[in-house]
This record gives sequence, C-alpha cells and structure tokens, in this order.
Amino acid sequence: MKRRRSAEKRFRVYGLISVLFGLLCLVVLFGDILSKGLAAFSQTVIRTEVVLDADYLGLNKNSSSDEIRAANFEGLLKNHFKEMVQPDGRKERRQLYSMISAGAAWQLIEAVQANPGLIGQAVTFDLIADDDVDQWLKHDRGVEGINTRMSEVQIAWMESWIEQGMLTTRFNTLFFTNGDSREPELAGIHGAIKGTFLTLLVTFLLSFPIGVAAAIYLEEFAPKNRITEIVEININNLAAVPSITFGLLGLAIFINIFGVSRSTPLVGGLVLTLMTLPTIIISGRAAIKAVPPSIREAAFGLGASKVQVVFHHVLPLALPGMLTGTIIGMAQALGETAPLLMIGMIAFVVDVPGFINDPSTVLPVQIFLWSDSPERAFTERTSGAIIVLLGFLVVMNTAAVMLRRRLERRW
Amino acid sequence: MSIIENHTTCGSPLVESPKLTARNVGVFYGEKQAIFDVSLDIGSNEVIALIGPSGCGKSTFLRCLNRMNDTIDICSVTGKIELDNEDIYDPKVDVVPLRARVGMVFQKPNPFPKSIYDNIAYGPRIHGLAHSRVDLDEIVEKSLQRAGLWNEVKDRLHAPGTGLSGGQQQRLCIARTIAVDPEVILMDEPCSALDPIATAKIEELIDELRENYTIAIVTHSMQQAARVSQRTAYFHMGQLIEVNPTDQVFTTPEHSLTEAYITGRFG
Amino acid sequence: MNYSSLIIVVLILLGAGYLLGRNRARAIAGQGVKLHSLPTHYGALVALWTGLPPLLLLLLWALAEGPVVDHLLVAQLPEAVQQGSSADIQLAISKVHNLASAAGVGAVAELQPAVEHLVALESRANILHSGVVLSLALLGVAVTWRRVQPQLRARSEVEGIVRKLLFASSGIAVLTTLGILASVLFEAWMFFGKVSVFEFLFGTSWSPQIALRADQSGSSGSFGAVPLFAGTLLISAIAMFIAVPIGLMSAIYLSEYASPRVRSYAKPALEILAGIPTVVYGFFAALTVAPVIRSIGASWGLEVSSESALAAGLVMGVMIIPFVSSLSDDVINAVPQSLRDGSYGLGATRSETVRQVVIPAALPGIVGAVMLAVSRAIGETMIVAMAAGLAANLTLNPLDSVTTVTVQIVTLLVGDQEFDSPKTLAAFALGLVLFLVTLVLNYVALKIVQKYREQYD
Repeated sequence: MKRRRSAEKRFRVYGLISVLFGLLCLVVLFGDILSKGLAAFSQTVIRTEVVLDADYLGLNKNSSSDEIRAANFEGLLKNHFKEMVQPDGRKERRQLYSMISAGAAWQLIEAVQANPGLIGQAVTFDLIADDDVDQWLKHDRGVEGINTRMSEVQIAWMESWIEQGMLTTRFNTLFFTNGDSREPELAGIHGAIKGTFLTLLVTFLLSFPIGVAAAIYLEEFAPKNRITEIVEININNLAAVPSITFGLLGLAIFINIFGVSRSTPLVGGLVLTLMTLPTIIISGRAAIKAVPPSIREAAFGLGASKVQVVFHHVLPLALPGMLTGTIIGMAQALGETAPLLMIGMIAFVVDVPGFINDPSTVLPVQIFLWSDSPERAFTERTSGAIIVLLGFLVVMNTAAVMLRRRLERRW
Repeated sequence: MSIIENHTTCGSPLVESPKLTARNVGVFYGEKQAIFDVSLDIGSNEVIALIGPSGCGKSTFLRCLNRMNDTIDICSVTGKIELDNEDIYDPKVDVVPLRARVGMVFQKPNPFPKSIYDNIAYGPRIHGLAHSRVDLDEIVEKSLQRAGLWNEVKDRLHAPGTGLSGGQQQRLCIARTIAVDPEVILMDEPCSALDPIATAKIEELIDELRENYTIAIVTHSMQQAARVSQRTAYFHMGQLIEVNPTDQVFTTPEHSLTEAYITGRFG
Repeated sequence: MNYSSLIIVVLILLGAGYLLGRNRARAIAGQGVKLHSLPTHYGALVALWTGLPPLLLLLLWALAEGPVVDHLLVAQLPEAVQQGSSADIQLAISKVHNLASAAGVGAVAELQPAVEHLVALESRANILHSGVVLSLALLGVAVTWRRVQPQLRARSEVEGIVRKLLFASSGIAVLTTLGILASVLFEAWMFFGKVSVFEFLFGTSWSPQIALRADQSGSSGSFGAVPLFAGTLLISAIAMFIAVPIGLMSAIYLSEYASPRVRSYAKPALEILAGIPTVVYGFFAALTVAPVIRSIGASWGLEVSSESALAAGLVMGVMIIPFVSSLSDDVINAVPQSLRDGSYGLGATRSETVRQVVIPAALPGIVGAVMLAVSRAIGETMIVAMAAGLAANLTLNPLDSVTTVTVQIVTLLVGDQEFDSPKTLAAFALGLVLFLVTLVLNYVALKIVQKYREQYD
C-alpha cells in the first residue's frame, strides 16, 4: 500500500513538472527576447553644435532642395569632428569618422531642407552614432575584459564625450520610421510593418468572405453526399498541411503561370489566404452549428426562404464566432514566414511599400533576414522586431478572446 | 401495441367544405415510416385538435401541412395534401408563399433575438406586405392587439423579445405568425412550456382567433383539446385512428384505442 | 482603362442596375399588379447580372493576359534568342517588358521589334478588354431590366445565384489541394525526367549545387535525398522525445489532477506556446539554445556543431508541447466518467486509474494526436532553417549538423531560379514527398480521432 501511495505521488509530481516545464519555457523565451530586444528601442546619439558653413557647403538661403541634397554635408561633419577631437594621423581619423553613422549627414540635409534659414548658423544636432558606438555604450562600457570592437583611442574619446554630456541615448524613433538598411543603426521596421499590413489586408479581404461563404454552404446548403464528404476531409487535411507547401503552390501557380509579380503583398496575401481559409471555414462551421435550430424553424415557419433564413438570422448570430476564428487565422498568417520566403518576399527592400503591388517584405521575414546578419546590433534589432510582432499577436488574440466572451451569452 | 393492418379511420375524417385536405399521406424518415396512410380534412374556421401518445406522429403530420418537413433532408412525403384544392407538394409550388398562408407556432417559444417590433415586422418585410413605415407600424400594432399582448408591451416595442416571460414570448410568436396574415395556423403543443395561467391566456386567444383563421393544434393535454377544439383526431403509431366532434371523442369514443388513451391507460 | 478603374466603373454600373431594377419593379407594383418577389429582389437580380459576368471575365483576362502576351512575343525575338534555351527566352522577354515600361531608356536594337510589338499588343489588349467588359455590363443591365416583369421569379433567381457563389467558395478549398498537387506533381515529373526516382529516393549523397564548368566532377549535382530524410526524422524524433511525454503528462495533470482554477490559467498559458511564430523559435534556437548546448558540450569534452540537430529538435519539441497536450486533453476528457468510477470503485488510486483505464481507453485518440504532431514536426520549416544546418550529413548523432527536407526546399528556392534546372525542380520533388507524407499522416490521424470520438458519443 505504501508503495502504491508513493507511486501515486510520483505520478502526480511528473505531471506537475511537465506543466511547469512548459510554463518555464514560456518564461525563458520571453525573458530572453525581452532582455535582448528592449535595448533596440533606444539609440545612441552625439549631441553637438555644428556650424552650417555657407561657404564650405556652397549654399545660401535660397538654395533649392536638390542643391542642398548635393552639398557636401558629410565633409562638413568630418571637419567638424576633426577640429573637435584633433585625431592624430590618418588611422585615428578613419577611426573617428567610423564612429558617426552615414545617416548623420542626412539628418543635416533634412534639417536644412526643412528650414534653409539655418544655413550659416550654428545648430545643435543629436547626430546618430554608429552601431558600434551604440553597442559599446549600451553593453560594454565599464565591463572588464570584454572583447569590444572599439579601440582604446575611441574609448577615450567616448569617455570624454560622456563627461561633456554629448553622448546620450534617446528613444529610437528611426526603428519605427525607417525601412530596412545595411547599417544597423539606420535599419527600421516601418517597411516591414507596412508590408505586413498590406499583405494581411489582402488576406483578410479574400479569406473572410470566401471562408464565411464556404462555411455557410457546407453547413447549410451542401447535400449530404460523397462530394461534400470529400470537400470536408479535404478542408480538415488542408488545415494540417505544412505551410511551406502553400509557398510551392504560390511560386508554381500564382507567379509562374499567372504572372503575378514576385515579392508583393498581393501574391503574399493570395498564398496566406489559401493557408488561412481552412481555419476560417472550420471555425465558421462551428459558429453556425451553435445557432439554435429553433431560430431557423421560427423563420421557416414565417415563410422565409432558406437563403433568407441564413442571411437574416443565422449569419448575424454566428458572426462573432466567425470573426473570432478569422482573427485567429489572421494571427497565424501574421506569424507565417516559410511560404513567403518562396515567393520572394525575402528581398532586401529599403523603400516603404505604398500599395499591394510594390515589392515589400513582412515582419517575420524581416526578423529572419536580420537574424542572419553578423552584427551584434542586428541581433538586438531582431529581438526588438520580435517584441513588436509578439505585441501585435497579443493584441489580436486578446481581441479574439474578448469576442468569444461576448459570444458566450446564450440567446 | 402494433400497427393495425389495413386500418380505416373511424368517425368522420372528411368535411363538407374543407380548407386543407390530406389524402393517403405517408411520411418516411429515410427507410423508417412515421405516418401511414392518413386522410383527413380540416374545415374553414374550425379548431381541430390532434392528440395521441408521444411519438404517434401527430407533430410530424402537422409539419407536413406547411412543408416544414422539407428542412429535414431525409424526410419524404407521399400522398396528396391540398390547400384550397391546390396540391402543396406540386414541384412547381414555391414553399415561401405557402408557409405565409399556413403559419406555424412551435412548442417552445422561439422569438428572434431582436426587438419585439422587429420580431413582428420580419414576416411582413420579407413578404412585402407593408408599403410604408406607417403600414408596418399598423400591422405590428394590430397583430400584437390580436394576440392580446399590445397593452403589455406597447411601451417597450424596441426592447428585445427574448426579455419577455415565457407566456408573453409565446403570444409574441403567435402575433408574429398573425402578422403575415395566414389562412391556417398550425400550433405544435404551444402551451407545453408554459404555466397554467399563461396557458389559459393562450387558450382564450385560440378561441378568439377561430373567427378569422383555421387552426390545427397538436396537444398533449386532453383537457386542452376538449376546451379549445371542435373536432379531435386521435393518432396512434403513425396511424389516424379516429376523428369525431370533440364532445363525442371525450364521452363516447368509437375506437377502443381512443378510449384506452382518454381514460389514461397509456399516454 | 486599367483594371482598377474598370472595376470601379463596373461597380458603379452594378449600383445603377440595382436602382433601375428596383424602381421598375416599384413602378409595376404601383399600378396595383402583384409582384412575385420584393422590388429589392428585382434590383439585386439586375445588379448581379450587370456586375458578375464582367468581373468574372476581367479576372480570367487578368490571369491569361500575361502568358498569352509572352507567347506572342517569342515570335518577335531575334532568331538567336529563339533558338536558345527556355531560360534565355525568359530573360529576353523580361528585358523586353522592362524596355517597354521605361520607354527610351537604354534601347537594345535587336529587341526593338519585340518592344514595339509589345507596346502595340498592350494598347490593343487594353482597348479590347475595356470594350468587352463594359459592353457586357451594359448588356447585362439592358437585358435583365427588360426582364423585370411581375411574373419573373426574381427571388428564386437571385437565391440560385447566391447558392452558386457559396458553392464556388467552398470549391476553392478543393482547388487549393489540386493546385498544390498539380504544381508539385508537374515540376517533380520534370525533375524525375532528369534524375531517376530510384536515385532520388535511395541515393545517399546530396549536393544540388551545379558546377560552373561542365568538366568538373559532379557537374549535374547529386540528388540522393536519404540524408535529408534521415535529418528530418532525427530532428522530429528529438522533438517528439520532448513533446510527447511532457505534453501527455501535462494533459493528464491538467485534466485529472489540477483544480479548475489552476487549469483555467495553465491551459491557456501553455497554448501561448503554440501561438508564437516559428521564426521566433528559430531565432531562440539559433542564438540562445545552440550556444548553451555547445558550451555544455564543451565542458563535457564533447564536440558540438554550432548548428546541431539537438538545438533545433529541442526547441521544436517545446513548440509542439501544447499541440500534443491540448489534443490529448480533448481525448482524455472524452473518456466517460463511468469508466473512471468503475476503477475507483475497485479501490484503484488515481494514477492507477489513469494508467490502467483512462490511457488505454484514450489510446487511439492519443496515437492520432501524436501522428498529427509528427506531421507538424516534419513540415516545420523556420526553426530548422535557422537552427539546423545546410550540410547533408547522414548521421544519427544529435550533436552533428544535419539538414531537412524543408530547409532544402527553402534554400533551393530562395533567390533567383531558373525554372528548368534540376536544382529548382528538386525542391518540388522534395515538396511532393513532404506533401504526400504529411497528407497520409493527417488523413490517418484524423480518421483515428474521428472513430475514437464516435465510440464515446
């Protein structure tokens, strides 16, 4: 008896451990991503007063936008830092220049384009620092024996800048306003988010009406015969087919046969539509089944036709449930990566897409692309992008749960 | 209790000027036969009660009269049912106007999860009975008044119909049926889910409705059949055993099965 | 007119058709004639006949135009190109398209006739399809409007069309399956024309990269897929080794032991694991788990590859836990309480009841759940693409780097492809194997689960 009781206890503990293990994985995963990624939302800048020398730039207050763009702001910045730091020799000069992002000159250009009156004045800028400076300030400063990419001279400069209050961090707005870039400090997720939005828009506009219509047909109109049965089995299986095969279909049929252009939200949306349809159809049928038959009878008894019964009574009552299923399907589509790789959404796209036939990428693919980059700063950005992606997913799933709560009222 | 071979209905199933006539009606659910060779007339402006033990086919027969059985895939009907001498099972007949002419009230009150007003207005809307908002308001008021519900709900027409009490809900369903101006009203145990007071109100209502409509009512309660109907039809195992004026059925039943049922030997 | 403005015009005509039809019906009803249907039904009927045929035609046109135009262009290409491989022709045609759209930029003399032909073709096609579509819409309005008569059964007709549209929607799911099958079958067929099925299924050497010079050894690549199958199975096995015991025990604990309160929190929390995008798992496996495993291995004196099968398998296992647990949970809950009561009545403890009564009764369902999980693991792409390697090693050592079917499909198809090289086609052959294997697994698993459910319903 004692043996049996201890066996009982052991079994129970195994179960508890399993559950805890699952939850632990969840905590570790989130903790890991957050610890790596939160730093992506801040950015290191060098605050300094730059004299916008009219003679050096060859500009005056009436210069056009194009002239401003062509002016040598990069040289101006180089001179500015050279005079400030007084580097010794060519090697040090090069090290100095490498600490400022290529985007800094653009900051000046944009400021002057917005207000040509600045020319000739001394203006204080928060210039974007290079990603190595960024990483050093966030992670390496004051840590003994760490293998940093900065030389001793560079570290000395940075320490003196910090003393003068020049080297600070601020919220990383560029991360949300820029498209992709080869320079980590300039790379942002705006393009990917826009691409995701357009792709999901196409997916929703196609999959919701088609899914709802298919669910209605199968639940309300389809005769119970062999063909209907095959369609049902087919849909259930399709829900479990690996997502990558949908990518093969997209490549072979949409792109190669129908000539839809690659890398666009249109073709991405088409592929994701086919992928989410089974989810929407299955949940839609469940929602229709849950509508009590007495409502249908009442409408039939009044002389409503089948189509009227469905569209006037069944559909409005089933709609919250269908929407829940659709949101869950869209959340799946939002996180999907593999099939999109195959239809060219993996291309390096700097421009933010404007419409569904512009080349673009999506958030998960952007994560995949960045995770492959060797720079440490890209790892940080990858995690940052993951946090944003998970944030979207949390919002969508919360919406689905809330809808389901509302649905639980009985009529 | 087995099926009686070659049974012919006792009493007087047929009347002089029928509204609805059923001849040799059989109903099958797939292979299984639920109704055997039933012939019955329902006269204008009469209330006929269909009684019998559970599963005797009285509800099934009732549902044939406005083709509600069409909504069940495996159900098929043989024989002939005519409404004003028109075969309602003719392939050319559209069930939609048919069901508008032969309305139905169900066992459990089943108002739509909409407002009281919309519950009543739905039928007239889909049949295009109202040409203006004023027309529709009038139909709604008249139907609710006929169903004796107007005074109770006139101040909250836009409150949900599901918020009413069970008896009120059932009267709402009757009002909803009346709103499409049917000729025949089929009632499938309309009081089985209600308390005695609500039941009394509905019975009173049925009596008033007789002036304008033909009513067939399935009921489990013999008292109810006795109170509201002029003729009573007794069903047993899918067969129509006896049809006679109500008084006669409850005092001097012709068939021994009818007698056994009304004296409470089974039920 | 381009497609979007054409669609807008058709939609406007559709709206106009609705109003025309409805108003005509109202006018007839106003004369005291009894209509068969409501005026809105007549409106809807006119609208449907106005909008549907042109929009359908437009869709077909949009799908067919590209291939047809390209086909017509081939004849205009220079002789030399026409004689070349299909890849050359493809290249030339896309060049022609580029030249035509950016008129005047960097003209290529020998392609000029084709460019001019394309411009002419496109403008002709434009006029043609605009004309056909618009006249179809107008015809629809006119004919249906005339048909609006009291005895027209507008409601039945509209409902008939609606039914057909609903039916067509459900047909898309079937078309998707056929589309997948057709695409993988066709390309795989071409692949097997170049590489024998036998070599593909049983060969043990996989190196699809084609040598640049013809005289190099292995110039045609080698396409023995056994290392990929082995790698896939190895990683799936590791994943199952984690997911099945933990998922199953979690399900048992949550359904038999946990209080309703704990259950109501723990179950959704576990299911969050299933909702996390796989690319996130891949990142986690490659950047966190793999280095940890490597350093642990190093401290034990083991050599661990930086892209080990173990890391990918472990993380995949974690991803599949909620999949196994929620399916098993359903299955265990379907076991009737009477069976448990019978066992308790004999004095069995909870764990004995679970092990000797509940699990055996639920076994078919659990087997089905595990099969679905296996199919999931086999088809998983991102985790392996990021955390497992590309090296096609034939090994059972979980510390080595292996590659999988899905990784190879992605690798072969990402980037520019030539559509008739065996390298690209091989991806489709792999896709065919993947599709068939998962299809069989899913089909059998769903059947088993369904049978099991019926047993206790």
